[in-house]
Amino acid sequence: MSAVRNLGSRPWIWSFAAAAIVWVATVWFTGGSSAFGLSQATLTFAAFSIIVGVGQMFVITLGPGNIDLSVPATMTLSGTLALKVMDVQDGMILVGLLVAVLVGVAIGIGNYALIKLLRIPPIIATLSMSFIVQSFAIWTNRGLRIKPPEMLSSFATSYSFGIPNVALIALLISTVAWVLLEKSIYGRWISAIGQSSFAARMAGIPVDGTRFVTYVLCAVLAALCGYLLASFSGGAALNMGAEYLLMSIAVVVIGGTAVAGGNSNVPGIWGASLFMFLVVSMLNTYGFGAGVRLILTGLIIIAVILAAGGRKAVR
Amino acid sequence: MNEIAHEQEVVAARGVKVAFGAVRALDGADLVIRAGECVGLVGHNGAGKSTIVNVINGGLTPHEGTISYGGEVAQGITASRAHGVRCVFQELSLCPNLTVAENARVMHSDLTGTGWRKQALALVKQQLSDIFPGHTIDCESVVEDLTIAERQMVEIAISFGAVADRPRLVILDEPTSSLDAGLAGQLMAYVRRFVEAGGSVLLISHILGEILSTSNRIVVMKDGKVVADKPASQFQTRSLVEAMGSVVREQGSDRTARVRTGDAVLSKQLNPRSDSRLEAYAGEIVGLAGLGGHGQTEALLEIYLSANGNWWPTREPKMAFVAGDRGLNGTFSLWSILKNLSVSSLKALSSRSMISDGREAEVGDRWRKRIEIRTPDMDNPILSLSGGNQQKVLFARALVTTSKIVLMDDPMRGVDIGTKQEVYEILRSEASAGRTFIWYSTEMDEIRLCDRVYVFRDGAIAAELVGEEITEANVLAASFAGGVAV
Repeated sequence: MSAVRNLGSRPWIWSFAAAAIVWVATVWFTGGSSAFGLSQATLTFAAFSIIVGVGQMFVITLGPGNIDLSVPATMTLSGTLALKVMDVQDGMILVGLLVAVLVGVAIGIGNYALIKLLRIPPIIATLSMSFIVQSFAIWTNRGLRIKPPEMLSSFATSYSFGIPNVALIALLISTVAWVLLEKSIYGRWISAIGQSSFAARMAGIPVDGTRFVTYVLCAVLAALCGYLLASFSGGAALNMGAEYLLMSIAVVVIGGTAVAGGNSNVPGIWGASLFMFLVVSMLNTYGFGAGVRLILTGLIIIAVILAAGGRKAVR
Repeated sequence: MNEIAHEQEVVAARGVKVAFGAVRALDGADLVIRAGECVGLVGHNGAGKSTIVNVINGGLTPHEGTISYGGEVAQGITASRAHGVRCVFQELSLCPNLTVAENARVMHSDLTGTGWRKQALALVKQQLSDIFPGHTIDCESVVEDLTIAERQMVEIAISFGAVADRPRLVILDEPTSSLDAGLAGQLMAYVRRFVEAGGSVLLISHILGEILSTSNRIVVMKDGKVVADKPASQFQTRSLVEAMGSVVREQGSDRTARVRTGDAVLSKQLNPRSDSRLEAYAGEIVGLAGLGGHGQTEALLEIYLSANGNWWPTREPKMAFVAGDRGLNGTFSLWSILKNLSVSSLKALSSRSMISDGREAEVGDRWRKRIEIRTPDMDNPILSLSGGNQQKVLFARALVTTSKIVLMDDPMRGVDIGTKQEVYEILRSEASAGRTFIWYSTEMDEIRLCDRVYVFRDGAIAAELVGEEITEANVLAASFAGGVAV
C-alpha cells in the first residue's frame, strides 16, 4: 500500500507519463504501423541523452551553482581522439575506449582545478574549459573525418534481443548510477552536500574530495557518450556534442531532479530522455516545419515541468 | 465573562484543538492574556507551546475553539497584527541578505515614503539601545554578518519597536536562548518596564529563573493541555518543574574528581597573540564559557576544520561536531530522521562503501530509544520533529560515531529540562568510557557540569577554572574582567 503511495509521490512518474502519451499520440497518427520502429529509434537516441544526463545529474545534485557546461566539447574531443587513435583497426577498440575515458578524467580534473584553485563559479569554469577543449578538438580533427572500426560501428548500430546495444549500455550505466546514489556512501554524501555544504562539512564529509570525484565522473560519462556517438554515427564531427548541452540539463530537470540540489533521481532521466526524442518525432510525423517544431517543443517541456512542479507545491 | 474582563483581554484562545496527522499538538487548551501582564509559558518540548503561539499570531487555524482579540472574535495573521500582536520566533526569522534597518521595514509596513531607510535606522537604533543599552550592533550591516546572539537582539528590538501603532502583546519564544546572562538580564528588565507601561508579554523559556522572576502569571502546558495557571508568586523552581511533569534531580553533587591520564588528546593554540592553549584529556568534559559571541564557536570551528580533512575520507574521524545553529550547519532538511542521524557514521554502517539498510535501521532504533526521539517512524522527515527533538538527533549523530572527541556548539538551546537531564546522563557515561567533550554553553547550569572550563573573552582564553573553582561568580568575573562590570 505504501508502495502505491510512494509511486504517486515520485517526481519521475511525470516524465514517464509524458513520454507514454507522446508515444501513443505518434503511433496513433501513423495507424499503429510505426510502433516497433519508433520504439527502437527512441531507445537508440535517448540512450545518448541518458548517458550524459546521468553525469549532469550528479553534478546538479551537488547544489545551487553546480553545473557542467563542458559536456559537448568533451564529447567532441573524446570522439575525435578515440577514432584517431583507433584508426579503423578493430584491435584498437579497447585502446580507443581507454583514450576516451582518459580524456574525460583529464577534463574533469581541469574543471575542478579551475573551480577550486581559481575560485571561478562552475558555470564559468566549465564553459571556459569547453572552449579550450573544443579548440583542441578542432586542432586534432583538421577537417578529416575518420571512420570508426567496423566491429565497433556495427556494435553501436545493432540490436540484442530487439533492444539497441547503446540502450543496453545506458541501462547498465544508469543501474550503476542508481546504486551509487541510493545505496552507497558517496550517494549520501553528494545529497548532503547539495542540501548544505557547510552542514556536510561539519558532519565529517570530505566535501572537496566528493565534489572533485563528481566533476570527473560527469566528464567521463560525457566522454564515453562521445565515443559511442562517434561510433554510432560513422565518425566524429566537430558539432556532434552541440545539442547535448541543453539536452543534458533538460533531461535532468524534466526527470524531477531538484535544480536546487540534494535530491536526484535516475529513472526520471530515462522518462525525460525518451520524452525529448518522442516529442521531436511526433512533431515530425505531424509534418510541422522546423520553426513550429522548436516552439512546440519548448511549450511542451514547460508544460511537463509545470505539471511535475505544481504537484510538489500542493503537497 | 463580564464586559470588563473582555475589555482587558488582549488575546483569548479558548478550547483550542490542533492536530497534525495523528499527533494532537493542542488538545483543548485555554490561554488568556490581559493588558499589563507578563505571562510565562512553560512545558516540555512538544507540549504545544509553539503551536499555541502560532494559533495566537494567526499562523495556524485551530480545528476547534475560538480566538478573540480584545474581545472580538477574529482569525488570521492580518487580524492578529491589527490587534497589536507581535512575535519573536524561536527559529530566527530575519532575512539574512538584508540590513538590520531593511529588516525593520519588512516587519513594519508603515515605514513608507522616501526617507524610510533613515526612519527605520533611527527606529531600530533607538529600540536596541532602549532594550540593550551599551550594545555594539551596527544597524547598517547585513544580518548575515551578525552573530546569532546579535540577530536575536535585533529581532527582539524590531518586534518591540513601533512606528504608528504600538504593540499590545509581544510573544517571546525562547528569547534568551542565544543571549548570555548580561543581555538576558537587560531584556528581562525591559520586559518588566514594558508590562508596567500597560503592554503584555507572553514569555516562553526553558530558563525557569527568568520565568519566575519576570512573569506575573505562569501557565504550564503538558501534552497539548494547560495543566496549571497560577500567579508566579505561587511557584518555585521545584514546584514548576513538578508541574511540567519531570522530577528534579540534584545537580553537580555527583561530580567525581577525574584523574588525568596520559597526554592531552587535544592541544591547540587558538590565538596567535596569546600563548594560552586549549587542552583536553581523555574522558574529560571541557567547558567553554564566557559571554555569548566571544569566540567560542569560532574556536570550535577552528579545532574541527583543522582536524578533519576536506579531500580524503577518513576511516575513523577524529572529532564529531554537534551544531547549535541547526538551520545553518546542522540538519539536512530533505532527509529523514534516520539519514540525518547516520550521516556521520556511514563508514561503520557499510561494507565495501555500500550502506547496509539493516544496520542503519538498527542503529537508528537503538538511539531513538536511548535518547527518546519522539517520532512514530525514523523514516519521517527531520522537519516533522520539534526543535528540541531535532537537536537530539544531531546529538545522537555525533555520539554514534567512534570519534574520541565531541565538540558541542551550545547544542541545548531550546531543549527542555527533562531532555537535558537525559543528555547530561549520556554525556557522563560516555565521558567515563573515555570520550572527551568540548562544550560551549551559554547556560551556567551546564558549565557547572564540566570538569574544567575555559572562559573566553574577546576571542581568547581569559581564564581556566578547574573543579570547585567553576562557579557562576568566577565565570562572570573572568568574562567581564577589564571590561564592563556587571
